[in-house]
Amino acid sequence: MTDFLTDQQHAGQPTPAPGGEDFLVVENLSVQFPTHDGLVKAVNDLSYSVKMGETLGIVGESGSGKSVSSMAVLGLHDIKRSRLTGSIRVDGKEIIGASEQTLRKIRGNEVAMIFQDPLTALHPFYSVGAQIGEAYRIHHDVSKSKARAKAIEMLDRVGIPQAKSRVDDYPHQFSGGMRQRAMIAMALVNDPKLIIADEPTTALDVTVQAQILDLLQELQRDFRSAIIIITHDLGVVAEMADEVLVMYAGRAVEQGPTRELLTHPEMPYTWGLLSSMPDVTASTDARLVPIPGNPPSLLNPPTGCPFHPRCPHVDKVPGDLCRTELPEFLPGQRGTHHLKRCHLVNPDDIYATEVLPEIAPDLVELTLADNADVAHGDGMHGER
Amino acid sequence: MAGFIIRRVISSFLVVVLTSMFVFALFFLGPSNPAGPVCEASGKCTAERLALIEEQMGLNESVVTQYGAFAKGIFVDRTITIGSEYECDAPCLGISYGTRGQVTDELLEKYPATLSIAIGGAMIYLTLGVLLGVLAARWRGTAADRLLVGGSLLVSSVPYYLFALLAWIFLTLQWSIFPATGYTPLTENPGAWFAGLLLPWVVIGVTFSTQYARFTRGSMVETLGEDYIRTATAKGVKSNKVVFKHGLRAAIVPIVTIFGLDFAALLAGTVFTERIFNINGVGWWALNSIQSPQDFPVITATVLVSAVLVVVANLLVDVIYSFLDPRVRMS
Ligand SMILES: Nc1ncnc2c1ncn2[C@@H]1O[C@H](COP(=O)(O)OP(=O)(O)O)[C@@H](O)[C@H]1O
Ligand code: SF4
Ligand SMILES: [Mg+2]
Repeated sequence: MTDFLTDQQHAGQPTPAPGGEDFLVVENLSVQFPTHDGLVKAVNDLSYSVKMGETLGIVGESGSGKSVSSMAVLGLHDIKRSRLTGSIRVDGKEIIGASEQTLRKIRGNEVAMIFQDPLTALHPFYSVGAQIGEAYRIHHDVSKSKARAKAIEMLDRVGIPQAKSRVDDYPHQFSGGMRQRAMIAMALVNDPKLIIADEPTTALDVTVQAQILDLLQELQRDFRSAIIIITHDLGVVAEMADEVLVMYAGRAVEQGPTRELLTHPEMPYTWGLLSSMPDVTASTDARLVPIPGNPPSLLNPPTGCPFHPRCPHVDKVPGDLCRTELPEFLPGQRGTHHLKRCHLVNPDDIYATEVLPEIAPDLVELTLADNADVAHGDGMHGER
Repeated sequence: MAGFIIRRVISSFLVVVLTSMFVFALFFLGPSNPAGPVCEASGKCTAERLALIEEQMGLNESVVTQYGAFAKGIFVDRTITIGSEYECDAPCLGISYGTRGQVTDELLEKYPATLSIAIGGAMIYLTLGVLLGVLAARWRGTAADRLLVGGSLLVSSVPYYLFALLAWIFLTLQWSIFPATGYTPLTENPGAWFAGLLLPWVVIGVTFSTQYARFTRGSMVETLGEDYIRTATAKGVKSNKVVFKHGLRAAIVPIVTIFGLDFAALLAGTVFTERIFNINGVGWWALNSIQSPQDFPVITATVLVSAVLVVVANLLVDVIYSFLDPRVRMS
């Protein structure tokens, strides 16, 4: 799997839809939950956008605000128990503060969601077909039998064998992988323009994971929908995403085109994610380096850069900047398409000389040469 | 599934048999001699007369023989001697020492009143309780929710009989809002049947509904936190439908279990209700039977009927449960 650390074109890599319209625009989104212990600042000043047909990968450790931010897109937070600020626009329509009626028209129709654990996300007391049919009938004025036929068609489409007889099965009669296929069928039944898949393979075993990811990619080609894939697994991102957003403590900390970001990460937290991936360190002379420490408290986030208590590179930043000042989310050395939130001035060199030798020694030469290219002004994106 | 039901029916049957044995044993271990009151009722009770009556009643036989005679009576007619001879048609539960009537006949005569009280009351408390519970869960944390939870605790802290007594004194006697006619059999006059039962129904309904409101609220709050509820919302299901279809469908399952057992208890005797509202039902009958002089055949019959009811309710709950939850149904 180390191949995604190089610039070699990934065989199955979908190409971004060039110059498409932004379908989803998230601007300065903050989500906070008042609790007994205080205010949980789950998402802070988050901005991103997704174009039609594009796949955005959102990566981060658990608790970094991935689910909370994506649930906000469908207006799934209880307004009595949460505070949302900023703007979320789906095809131009504002979500924050929208009426229940407006939200209902978008939910499951323009934007559909696939959840992490299909066993708990499907209702245990309704058949799979009934649940898919219900999703269809909410947005289409058709009879129950038409909806059932549609459910069979969708189950067949996502690769459930003998869909006709399985349509009346209950979720517990399906295997984990089949349940997730059913969940995907339910998400796609209304032909949504955006699918948000929140860790769609985390609850599945490895062989099934790959099948589900393949299915998602295949369906995306057919349905031309945009996908946001949420994961803590950079391998999934490497395979699926055109663009990657790395989140830490409810903030965007690095963002860029997938290959660019994976080959030239500029933020120590991303380096940590790469080092802690078992797949990356599979080569013999590399070692697994888990990110030391724990994700920060969202009740009392650290001052300055939220990553500073765990960051091994704090001393490379002059003064006490890492502890006192939150770095802005700005383009780094490699161009405007690659943003990062870090005070380091020469992250590319540090990555090539200090981080890469630890995690993938065989790639050091390649990356150093590439950095030199950028320094000389050619190969702007580090892509060939 | 069929195997499961057969196994449960067999074990239920065993429970009923064991209960009947237990009651019978208690009868023998008890402090009073059943022949005593019979003897006294028939004039001067000499030692010889007492011995004779004991002999006639079969009290000198072993417990096992007596139980055998009792159990046999459930299937075949028998003749019972209590002072004089009485016919007891199968299913025979004995002859009442007090009235010298067949216990089975009296049971069938008194049961409709109790059944009427229990079914009407249960329908009200179940509907009202579940509805209030769902609404409280839906608006949890709001003033309405707190009012409901607080009010329900308050009502629950007042003993039921006090409530019933106050309702009777004020609503029936003082203000005559409800008639004081007591119970009229449904077959005799449906209007009077309904009018006479209305107040007991309301009192049972309101008092027990608070408990059900709390059960339902708890079950609903838990269910509404489930992932599949979020899935339903994310599909675009209307919030009312999310709560009443997706939510209640799952939250009702534990409520059904509690209800089955509660209802059996209610059927076994609505003692306070019958006493206070002057209704001649099984509860009152049982209450009288344990007062001196004890009417053992009636005690045995009422305990046995309660046992059967509880066992049948348990069985029904299990069957309904398995129909409500496909995961149980299919295993
Ligand atoms: N309803 C809520 N009330 C309080 N805190 C919450 C709530 N939902 C999520 N959080 C907190 O927000 C943080 C981000 O959660 P989440 O977005 O689920 O993380 P992840 O990146 O693993 O998906 C977590 O610390 C979580 O505990
Ligand atoms: S700003 Fe400082 S603490 Fe934060 S990631 Fe960069 S070097 Fe580390
Ligand atoms: Mg999550």
